Amino acid sequence: MAALVASACSSGAGRSGAGSGSVVRVFAAASLAEAFSVIEPRFEAAHPGIDLQVDVGASSTLRAQILEGAPADVFAPADVADMEILLDAGAVDGTPSVLARNRLVLATPAGNSAGVDSIDDLADPSLLVGLCAEQVPCGRLARRTLAAAGVEPSVDTDEPDVRSLATKLAAGELDAGIVYRTDAVASDHIDSLDLADGLPAELVHLIAVLDAAPNPGGAASLVEFALSSDGQQLLRELGFEAR
Amino acid sequence: MTTRRTQSRPPAALVGLAAVGALLFALPLAGLLGRTPWTDLPDLLTEPAVLDALRLSLITSLLAALLSLVLGVPLAWVLARVDFPGRSAVRALVTLPMVLPPVVGGAALLFAFGRQGLLGETLYEKTGFLLPYSMWGVVMANTFVALPFLVITVEGALDNLDPRVEQAAATLGAGRWAVFRYVTLPMIGPSLAAGLVLAWARALGEFGATITFAGNTQGRTQTLPLSVFVTLQSDRDTAVALSLVLVAISFTVLVVLRDRWWGRR
Repeated sequence: MAALVASACSSGAGRSGAGSGSVVRVFAAASLAEAFSVIEPRFEAAHPGIDLQVDVGASSTLRAQILEGAPADVFAPADVADMEILLDAGAVDGTPSVLARNRLVLATPAGNSAGVDSIDDLADPSLLVGLCAEQVPCGRLARRTLAAAGVEPSVDTDEPDVRSLATKLAAGELDAGIVYRTDAVASDHIDSLDLADGLPAELVHLIAVLDAAPNPGGAASLVEFALSSDGQQLLRELGFEAR
Repeated sequence: MTTRRTQSRPPAALVGLAAVGALLFALPLAGLLGRTPWTDLPDLLTEPAVLDALRLSLITSLLAALLSLVLGVPLAWVLARVDFPGRSAVRALVTLPMVLPPVVGGAALLFAFGRQGLLGETLYEKTGFLLPYSMWGVVMANTFVALPFLVITVEGALDNLDPRVEQAAATLGAGRWAVFRYVTLPMIGPSLAAGLVLAWARALGEFGATITFAGNTQGRTQTLPLSVFVTLQSDRDTAVALSLVLVAISFTVLVVLRDRWWGRR
């Protein structure tokens, strides 16, 4: 309890008490689901009395829900653009912080039986290639990266999200694809190759307390924990890069 | 044409609950119509991606209905008329796709017919043919979920047939195939039509098994439901317009066929 009060005060946002039995709700991108499921028990152990509730979904959907008045305390989208929309709408309290960075990698089934060794191979029509659909962040970023590399991919499927793409790669039903490094790290059945430096393959995850947060004190504690060395270590183990 | 009517006033509780039941369907439809961008509709619906999805959906759902007919009628007949060990197990197996989450069905199809699948691996090595990522993969996923609707409808009709009619035909000298073709089939006609329409409608709306098994590529595997799903994440207006097309097609066909075949008794 003492630690809780201390952290709520040190964050300077202790407007309402994050007392025992309080709830902190974070709206997090699907690509951060694993991150928050690892953070949740550690955060709750460090802050007895706070119940962290994680709502996971597409960033664009969560952003729309927040603007329609959903009672969220913290927002952690996949895309900087979604945070910017909330900033423009005045829905964010203070300035967002960088939570973590993720990076696209060239992924193959474990063993890489097709011998994929560069992003250029994605143009080979004889290989089975999958990307995320361009309507979702991983698909937009992958296409930007491919365009920057001058590669016209020969795509066999545009998967609706990065998880279903990773699943098909892990099952060996695709020869190559572009997923986040965290997805490759999470699966024993996926091998990955780093993309060349200089390609726009980096994804920045921001985190911010919301202006209408029902529990601003608890929200500030969560952000503080996620940015602490403990929190950052948890994220690194999942394949994220330090902020 | 005669209509049957209840003479006395229907019980209020029954009517009330029926109204609630009808509202359960009417309200979401009203919500969809309320969100429809009517003025932009012509532009949204003539986008190449939309036309591709519409064309593919019609072709694959009709092929799936046809396949369901060709495989489903014999399957229903065998289940209804032939007594063999394990019949109830086969019957349960055939109806499994109706209760299985379609995504699970799609994954199971992948394990059987995918590049690393039970049968798919050999097929791919011998012929280079791959069901996933092709239109035939969509047809397969559609048939997988649609076939049970035809089988249970037709099997139900066969069970209700008076076996003495078929026996009489046989006594009069008709061969077994002739009995099936000229006696059984015409008598189950209305149920067969109903099963066929149900199977087609289910195939048209199929999403989970298709995206899991066949993937999602415009013009090749992206049917209307898939297009709605991926579009919904970035462009709600187009997604709503697409949904409207799906609703309009299914609704029209169901209303027209219902009147013609098994309504208005």
